[in-house]
Amino acid sequence: MASIPIPPGRAAAKRRARPFIQGLRSGDTFAHVFTLLCAASILLVTVALVQQLYVNSTGALHKFGFGFLTGRTWDPVSGDFGALPFIYGTLVTSALALLVAVPLGVGAAIFLSELAPTRISNAMTFVIELLAAVPSVIYGLLGIFILVPFLRQYGEPFLKRTLGFLPLFQGPMYGVGMLAGGLVLAIMVVPFIISLSREVLLAVPVEQREAALGLGATKWESTWQVVVPYARIGIMASIFLALARALGETMAVTMVIGNDPRISSSLFAPGYTIAAVIANEFAEATGDLHLQALIELGLVLFALTIVINGLARIAIIFTTQKGSGH
Amino acid sequence: MTTWDAGGTTMVKQESRPAQSVGPTVAAEGVKMRVSGLDFYYGPKQALFGINLHILTNRITALIGPSGCGKSTFLRTLNRMYETVPHARAEGEILFDNEDLLSMDPVALRRRVGMVFQRPNPFPKSIFDNIAYGLRVNGTHSWAALQEKVEKSLRRAVLWDEVKDQLHKSAYALSGGQQQRLCIARALAVDPEVLLLDEPCSALDPIATAKIEELLYSLQGQCTLTIVTHNMQQAARVADFTGFFLLGKLIEYNKTEIIFKTPAKKETEDYITGRFG
Amino acid sequence: MLWRNTWRKFVNYFMFSMTGLCALVTVGVLFFILGYLVWNGGSSLSWTFLTHLPTPVGEPGGGMANAIVGSAKLLLLASAFGIPIGFLGGVYLAEFGGRSFPFVVRYTADLLNGVPSIVMGIFAYTIVVLPMKHFSALAGGLALGVMMIPIAVRSTEEALRTVPLVLREGALALGASKWKTVATVVVPAARKGIVTGIILDIARVAGETAPLLFTAFSNRFWSPGWNQPTASLPVMVYTYAISPYEDWHKQAWAAGLVLLTLVLVANVAARLSVSGRSAH
Repeated sequence: MASIPIPPGRAAAKRRARPFIQGLRSGDTFAHVFTLLCAASILLVTVALVQQLYVNSTGALHKFGFGFLTGRTWDPVSGDFGALPFIYGTLVTSALALLVAVPLGVGAAIFLSELAPTRISNAMTFVIELLAAVPSVIYGLLGIFILVPFLRQYGEPFLKRTLGFLPLFQGPMYGVGMLAGGLVLAIMVVPFIISLSREVLLAVPVEQREAALGLGATKWESTWQVVVPYARIGIMASIFLALARALGETMAVTMVIGNDPRISSSLFAPGYTIAAVIANEFAEATGDLHLQALIELGLVLFALTIVINGLARIAIIFTTQKGSGH
Repeated sequence: MTTWDAGGTTMVKQESRPAQSVGPTVAAEGVKMRVSGLDFYYGPKQALFGINLHILTNRITALIGPSGCGKSTFLRTLNRMYETVPHARAEGEILFDNEDLLSMDPVALRRRVGMVFQRPNPFPKSIFDNIAYGLRVNGTHSWAALQEKVEKSLRRAVLWDEVKDQLHKSAYALSGGQQQRLCIARALAVDPEVLLLDEPCSALDPIATAKIEELLYSLQGQCTLTIVTHNMQQAARVADFTGFFLLGKLIEYNKTEIIFKTPAKKETEDYITGRFG
Repeated sequence: MLWRNTWRKFVNYFMFSMTGLCALVTVGVLFFILGYLVWNGGSSLSWTFLTHLPTPVGEPGGGMANAIVGSAKLLLLASAFGIPIGFLGGVYLAEFGGRSFPFVVRYTADLLNGVPSIVMGIFAYTIVVLPMKHFSALAGGLALGVMMIPIAVRSTEEALRTVPLVLREGALALGASKWKTVATVVVPAARKGIVTGIILDIARVAGETAPLLFTAFSNRFWSPGWNQPTASLPVMVYTYAISPYEDWHKQAWAAGLVLLTLVLVANVAARLSVSGRSAH
């Protein structure tokens, strides 16, 4: 052979050192580092966010401790702040939203993935995804001027007449209240459930359906007993994402919920959510403690949504790996 | 011949290859690329085993062999295109005009060693901008110089007459065969010393193939061409030298007539006569 | 046996009808929203509305010109901040990154996306409004800009990934360095997807109200410069809608119509252009 063989260690080391200098000269190293910093900005923002939330609510955190989460009074005048009414309102409206949105959404997703012809399915999905783009405040607008009067005049009296034996449907009917809040949230959250569930259902291999049909099942039986269970993790993830979204929704809810920090067993009663109270009181907060309490509420909301989103995303990662080799 | 894996931990001794697999004796100045003991790995899996090969200046060298034999992998080591694949590495030595190819600046290397790919891959730009791309990237910006070089490359690629009135149309408006000739023109525009062609005609119809073979023939003496092909007749038609690859090893390498008429190894003969592959 | 089969067939038919109803209801809602907005808002929409400043309650001839301009300013600021960072971050994830760091960035971007926008408002408040001691367009722009980053990163990355490897190899083979390949071949090839992503990004934050409530706050007059409280369309919709004045309610409808039209037009245009591309 031609040249004298270079000892392997030296040649390898030479080859390792060269690319760095070559990278510097061609500008690739700079591009790599610069774009990396931009990508890292996401991590930076997240850390900064948590830090700012924490630092700016320390006063309240130390004063109330965990009692903050169980305190029932929210009184800026006396400086007593408890988050329970807001946590209650947030959870109740979100639960109601899911109660309505999940059957509606999963049902629609099933229709769009299993039954509708492709063109119709795509067209309807397009429209449904546009719903997700409608700003919250527009939903609020319709909520105030259409949903609330409707509930006050027809919806709530009807529920009272038929289901009034339940404490849920008792008490004065204002129109605004937890029921309105939950319903508005439901319609806002449905597109997310439909969109994601439909994708997950479409990804179920055709062989699964064929296996069921081949055994003599009706199409519905094959869908409900085979396809949907196969996709259940993805559907659960979509519900979690919808929940996280519902928890943080601000404008539409604050416009129809009545903004009263009380804990009531009736859905007709006005209530308050975490996001709503922050929206209403932040700009005119009286005193440092008030502000810190509001920021602490923000921290609670942040933690709640991060945890739920985090779990949902992990579930999604697992389902996409489990499905096709993507 | 001994080779080491990247960590320098394992030694694999191979028997020294006899002179036959290196090729015909030629004067040293006539060698453009000298490959010695080249091993190639995709992660833990070895794809090339101890390749020894001379590529001669301004000659056409063809690499043949059945699918998966490593000829494309070998070709892509010559311009270090494998570096886009994570965990791919080459060990051994390749001398390019007596420079160590494996540790050169890859950008500088690729200015001198061009490549044409299996399926035409013109950029989503106009015909003119496709050809001018390599020129612009390497520093030519003067309009006059670009125009002159674009025309020259298109003429060399035997495409000028067909596109001279549509230089500003999208490259995607051309037929498959025209796009491939465009890619060849694009590669020629930067005046490479070596042009690597990875099965350039496999996605084309026979007429387009014939045009490209004519083109390659016309480049003889101007440029060192190395072409990977699974079409043996093409190798026989076009190449001065042919190398036969099998399962990651270079089985035989010699003048084309010798390979096709009087191959020295039985595997070569079996492949040529169609007993497998 | 026969009865059971008939029952199963009935269940089949019934359940699928129900699901179809679900889908129809959801689709119907969008048309309902649009229809109602057009009906109610259209009548209040006038040239006056688009070009005049708000007037005191009861005085006719009020408009929301300052809110429209204010929204434009905020979006400009947010885009100037969020889009370059998001775009370059997406370039990193698609072109330069390895396995684990990009995974962490992607995951965090998705999480950040799910953070309620009002919390982003608090963030901008603590960083800009507290030190400056007053509301400003800067704070509002920061809040919206920070929201834009994760979306831009993901959509840019996805757009770049659709560019085939052979195109990159073609450029590298001609002696282009990696960043030149990305800048002159890959990004132009993906520009449609990138631009679509940016339009959707802007449309998404254009409708955000909550983060502006205590950053940009609001303003009944023009707010020149970046240091003053600034009116914006969504905040005006909110403020007017919850007020007790009939005249203001009408204006809220009109403003809502303008806002929704802009958002929907951007969304429809962007989505249609992408789906058209995937067809060829």
